[in-house]
Amino acid sequence: MSRRTPRALVGGAPQETFTFRFDGRDVTAAAGQTVAAALWGAGVLAWRTTRHDGEPRGAFCGIGQCFDCLVTVDGAPNRRACLVPARPGGLVTSQEGTGHDDLAV
Amino acid sequence: MTTSPSDPRTAPADLAVVGAGPAGLAAAVTAASLGLTVTLLDAGARPGGQYYRHPDPALGATRPQALHHDWAAFADREAELRAHERAGRVRYLTEHQVWSVTGSGTDWSVHSRTDDAAGEPVRARAVLLATGAYERQLPFPGWTLPGVVGAGGAQAMFKSGLVLPGRRVVVAGSGPLLLAVAASLAAAGARVPAVVEAAGYGPYVRHTGTLLRNPAKLAEGALYGGALLRHQVRPLLRHAVVEAHGTDRVEAVTVARLDRDWRPVPGTGRRVPCDALAVGHGLVPELSLATALGCATRTAADGTAALVLTPGLRTSVPGVWAAGETGGVGGAQLALAEGEIAARTVAGRAVPASLARRRDRLRAFADAMGAAHRPGAGWTGWLRDGTAVCRCEEVPAGRVREAVEELGATDARTVKLLTRAGMGWCQGRMCGPAVAALAGGETVADRRPLACPVRLGQLAELPAD
Repeated sequence: MSRRTPRALVGGAPQETFTFRFDGRDVTAAAGQTVAAALWGAGVLAWRTTRHDGEPRGAFCGIGQCFDCLVTVDGAPNRRACLVPARPGGLVTSQEGTGHDDLAV
Repeated sequence: MTTSPSDPRTAPADLAVVGAGPAGLAAAVTAASLGLTVTLLDAGARPGGQYYRHPDPALGATRPQALHHDWAAFADREAELRAHERAGRVRYLTEHQVWSVTGSGTDWSVHSRTDDAAGEPVRARAVLLATGAYERQLPFPGWTLPGVVGAGGAQAMFKSGLVLPGRRVVVAGSGPLLLAVAASLAAAGARVPAVVEAAGYGPYVRHTGTLLRNPAKLAEGALYGGALLRHQVRPLLRHAVVEAHGTDRVEAVTVARLDRDWRPVPGTGRRVPCDALAVGHGLVPELSLATALGCATRTAADGTAALVLTPGLRTSVPGVWAAGETGGVGGAQLALAEGEIAARTVAGRAVPASLARRRDRLRAFADAMGAAHRPGAGWTGWLRDGTAVCRCEEVPAGRVREAVEELGATDARTVKLLTRAGMGWCQGRMCGPAVAALAGGETVADRRPLACPVRLGQLAELPAD
């Protein structure tokens, strides 16, 4: 495996690393990373299923424009994982459909 | 225009700049240096926009310049911005996403939101839109699989979060960004099994003069090319990824040869194993605020809608200026030059001839590149009826074709009303170019009354006027 890594390229070290819960497991994040970046770092590429076909989705545009990376963070659905900062002890859960199953009639 | 010494929270600024990327940043520091009071709003936490996107300080990168071409151009202007901010000449509002600009003449209100609340109120005598661009996507079978990401998206996630979507990343689509992305990914340790470019370099030959008048841009291209050769990556021209394979995530892509019209040539497909695909077909100017204000648009050389601008970068709406990608995608150097020009004309100052010439040269280069990478009409040949076109509303190509061929839709708006394509969260940003191509209509600038989602409560709190 290559010794080249993103970190080797830019040098230094994060001020802090911590974990948050994602679907019942711990994911390690560095301070300053978004939820999406931390999930990519853990090898997770999907954290949402679509409303109609239940297809898995994750980050696509990476800049908050496509809304494909919607996720539930600390109980709040429809957060853009590529914009929301990862927080120590946060609770991130994959979002099914609209994320508002509680409102289903 | 004169400087207003009163409280910036209540008194109107001389100029409100929307967007702190290369164009907005250059405009804000230039305007402040000419004595204007400036309010600069940006959705991000740090200046630089997408081009100069860089890690949060908490990530502790000691060499952020390793992520960027021409980092000094940004670092110098950021230092100027901070100095103007300390001196009270620039009010810089970070994490403020602007959803609407209202007003006329010399009385403008800029409405924004933060993550969970209304943004600071902003009033200004003039407005400069430097809202940048987002990536142009053309759908293909499998493009919704996890691991298929925007080329710019992969770059953005890498530059801000120091992460990669996979270890073997195919880079595909069209445009100069692909080489930059492939070089970044390779430098960061990814294997890049292929860089797949739909255009040939033949169209460049027709613009040799324009290319030679831009030695810095050629050198930038050679730098990426050289970096790729070091990593044994050679772009495959006139080819496209016509399908991504996998169940829960992408495991391989099919790469096929294209004819001159971007139609896949039957029987030329071959499978390339990978665990991620970074794909994009150039950029689309972000015009939501501008079109809501009624600014006139034109079709740019790359086929996207861009603003009609005067040489002094005024839009068709008095009191509203624009710079950078909004006037046609052209890259960071052009954006820096245009930000400076726009700020000077807002301030009523002359534009130095050398600056105007530099702008014209870079704009000509951008037009040549845009024409070379404009998608050929044949690309829709790789769509199947079941291929999702609208990712948000999960509308397949077959339903869009049915709307066009059987229900008589002749433009993207009618297709949207019949199929919901473009009606979802992203408001057509991802599927817009594809739906327009399938509908066979002219390129039309998207109209979005709100440039980003806004809570109803925030709308309700607006004053009645």
